[in-house]
Amino acid sequence: MTDLNILLAGFGGQGILFTGKVMAYAALMEGKELSWLPSYGPEMRGGTANCSVCISDNKIGSPLVVNPDVLVAMNLPSLEKFEDTVVPGGMIIIDSSIIDKKVQRTDINVVYLEASRIAEENGLKGAANMVILGRLFKEHPFCSKENLDKGLQKSIPPRKAALIENNRKAIALGMES
Amino acid sequence: MSEKVLMKGNEAIAEAAIAAGCRHFFGYPITPQTEVAAYMSKRMPKVDGVYLQAESEVASINMVLGAAAAGVRVMTSTSSPGVSLMSEGISYIAGSDVPALIINVQRGGPGLGGIQPSQADYYQATKSTGHGDFHMMVLAPSTVQETVDLVAKAFDLGDKYRMPVMILSDGMLGQMMEPVQLPEPREPDNDSKEWAACGHQNKRKHNVVNSLYIDPATLEGLVKDRFERYATIQKEEQMAEEYLVDDADIVIVAYGASARVSRSAVDMARKNGIKAGLIRPITLWPFPKDVLAKAAEHVPKFLTVEMSMGQMVDDVRLAIECSRPVEFYGRTGGVIPTPMEVYDRIVKINGGEQ
Repeated sequence: MTDLNILLAGFGGQGILFTGKVMAYAALMEGKELSWLPSYGPEMRGGTANCSVCISDNKIGSPLVVNPDVLVAMNLPSLEKFEDTVVPGGMIIIDSSIIDKKVQRTDINVVYLEASRIAEENGLKGAANMVILGRLFKEHPFCSKENLDKGLQKSIPPRKAALIENNRKAIALGMES
Repeated sequence: MSEKVLMKGNEAIAEAAIAAGCRHFFGYPITPQTEVAAYMSKRMPKVDGVYLQAESEVASINMVLGAAAAGVRVMTSTSSPGVSLMSEGISYIAGSDVPALIINVQRGGPGLGGIQPSQADYYQATKSTGHGDFHMMVLAPSTVQETVDLVAKAFDLGDKYRMPVMILSDGMLGQMMEPVQLPEPREPDNDSKEWAACGHQNKRKHNVVNSLYIDPATLEGLVKDRFERYATIQKEEQMAEEYLVDDADIVIVAYGASARVSRSAVDMARKNGIKAGLIRPITLWPFPKDVLAKAAEHVPKFLTVEMSMGQMVDDVRLAIECSRPVEFYGRTGGVIPTPMEVYDRIVKINGGEQ
């Protein structure tokens, strides 16, 4: 892998920015170049949040992901807005317990994952983002498993360390999906 | 050196300032730079520093002037409309020959504009920040790590030349996270400024910090002295990064966030057999004209890329004395150009499809 450009998109509160941060820290642990850029504009007030993450062996140029290799869509507006931007041969990972629409394009790989349902059935309500991260990692292992876990630990402040275990479980569920 | 951590550009500015011995921050919140103030409000009390949210930008910059006159390391941080409000105070700081750091995390304008990243304050920063004959130094980082490095440098340069220094960032660099390594913290140095108005305790003549000079000859003399200092700065403090310039048929000139976009475009061009390069000014004032003049000896074409309608492009033309064509490409209002747009422009200037 030399470059992996990821766009994560969904509602505010689904942990979009946090998911990006875990990936960014994991990439840092792996010794990669990386950038993390959140949306902070009016679109956030419309209820959607998105986050660009670039991971590379080389210096990162523009940190804004315009044409993602991987799009994570956690709500319908995000899928509709970004489906066409994915590079040919790229991938969309969809939380299909929230989005029932199918992707129209045929030149990309699509993963329909009932991330919210999987999280909830395992007592991990609210951790659909980590289930998706686990699956994303399985499809695109951008670092070692150890460094992914280190990335998770680094992304959670010490006073909230109790949350690490549930996030870990959710990532594992995604990897097994 | 500490281990690498992930930090937002705005937070990195604040931590770097504390590491550089700054213990005085006065500001007023405005998107997209509010994290600087928020971070300072948490950190300053822990290092015996002063964090004060003033009632306005006008008040903030005058508090900065007061603290600077007392000889301490001091800064403020704002975004574009805030700098307009501060312009009077910045002129007073320059006219009083005191150092201060001003951060501008630019957003789209004019007016209240928008909150997305922009570079439309280039003229304001480099040419007309306030009234009167003066300059401030302007440093433009393009990564979070460089932001950290330039904060310390900005304070040191301000002290060396006794003048205001601006770090010209933008919403993208302020909001994004990248790995950074913070420098070893330095202790505040409040005693080395012989001119500071901080209490003479009957041990020396009292110092006056002032920008009012009623006698024209006196004022002219002071301004001329200041311009001698500016001449030294223009000679000695230019900074720029060159990327693939030596064999280039076309060189992009871009700073800050648009330099990152341009670098991606240069890489695309090189992959497609076009010899493109990049000159990235790091100091916007003094403008790095020596590097540009040297490049113009062998580079046939230039393209300036900015997140504005074209402001720095004038300085590029002046630096190379219009000896080569200088094209411009820009997006404004908070729109970030894509590498593909810039690449397309490179192709067009270079004479069509390769």
